Amino acid sequence: MPEILDQARDQVLHNGVGLDEAGVLAVLNLPDEHLSATLQLAHDVRMRWCGPEVEVEGIVSLKTGGCPEDCHFCSQSGLFTSPVRSVWLDIPSLVKAAKQTAATGATEFCIVAAVRGPDDRLMKQMREGVAAIRAEVDIQVAASLGMLTQDQVDELVDMGVHRYNHNLETCRSYFPNVVTTHSWEERWETLRMVRESGMEVCCGGILGLGETVEQRAEFAAQLAELDPHEVPLNFLNPRPGTPLGDRPVVEGRDALRAIAAFRLAMPRTILRYAGGREITLGDLGTRDGLLGGINAVIVGNYLTTLGRPATDDLKLLDELKMPVKALSATL
Amino acid sequence: MTAAVAGQTWCDRCGEAAVAGAHEQCAAARALEPPRYCGRCRRRMKVQVLPVGWSAICVEHGEIRS
Ligand code: SF4
Ligand SMILES: [Zn+2]
Ligand SMILES: [Zn+2]
Repeated sequence: MPEILDQARDQVLHNGVGLDEAGVLAVLNLPDEHLSATLQLAHDVRMRWCGPEVEVEGIVSLKTGGCPEDCHFCSQSGLFTSPVRSVWLDIPSLVKAAKQTAATGATEFCIVAAVRGPDDRLMKQMREGVAAIRAEVDIQVAASLGMLTQDQVDELVDMGVHRYNHNLETCRSYFPNVVTTHSWEERWETLRMVRESGMEVCCGGILGLGETVEQRAEFAAQLAELDPHEVPLNFLNPRPGTPLGDRPVVEGRDALRAIAAFRLAMPRTILRYAGGREITLGDLGTRDGLLGGINAVIVGNYLTTLGRPATDDLKLLDELKMPVKALSATL
Repeated sequence: MTAAVAGQTWCDRCGEAAVAGAHEQCAAARALEPPRYCGRCRRRMKVQVLPVGWSAICVEHGEIRS
């Protein structure tokens, strides 16, 4: 057993203290022959500190495309020649999407908009949309609307939005290579306000943007410092027309090693499989991830791309004897 | 509704002419993507992805759904 895994067993599994940056890096650098032991340990950590439940979430795009920002991985930026056109979802369709999501057993419904931050039109749409969902559907509402002002944070709390997603996307040192229209620190500031408001903080990112292994470890450590309630892990799905459109996808084994390493950095967080898992890991990858530290999934489609059918994920959870987290447990 | 070529004039993923080369990669990608271009006129469509399914509207040729 490599020393780092022995250390992690003691420190993370038994004492609930996450690995630091050097520890995460050591895990990321472990050779393939130790991958299954690493995944097993990450799984044990998740079972010990989070339990067997899996949080299931659906996401929907309220406003797609035409974003003024330049996140180099994103097909919704209006600055690239991506084929994604700008479109708004109407309230009845939003409520229908929430109902379909709830029907899968999901407890979380995240409303997402491709914006730098909300304008009045978007906040109005949110007010009406969230009220309509809360009146008709038994599901927790989360939101992801970019950078917020303090007034907007307060307003979202007032609407009953219980969790806010704002991804740092990558580590601080690599961020300027990926986004030039705003800074990592601006994102951090929104996260700070969200945390202080009492909303749950959801913050993760994308692996495979061209960051080094060292920068992946840096990112895990920075997320651990933020200590978010939830960390969604995406793997780059290179989108035509974006600056990262020709990047290779993350190797399956590297993706799994990263999942385990992030779990060992954050023993208690909700670690969610988000976009790109189908492309990076194929059908089998979902099982491997759920047995390697993941304890939450996005089911159904993503914002501009499609996922595997929710029924496939639910069947798998059943097979793995991992109960879907119930709504009562989240309230 | 799975296109990426087959009987269309334009590839609904990359927007290039259906006859201009093979679109095997596009066809494979379409398993996990909605169409982006109208296969009949090559216009970019307004596409809404939903948790279950998607819809795509061409201003000229109307709406298609998954
Ligand atoms: S802010 Fe969000 S929607 Fe806009 S380009 Fe960046 S990732 Fe895409
Ligand atoms: Zn094509
Ligand atoms: Zn058309």
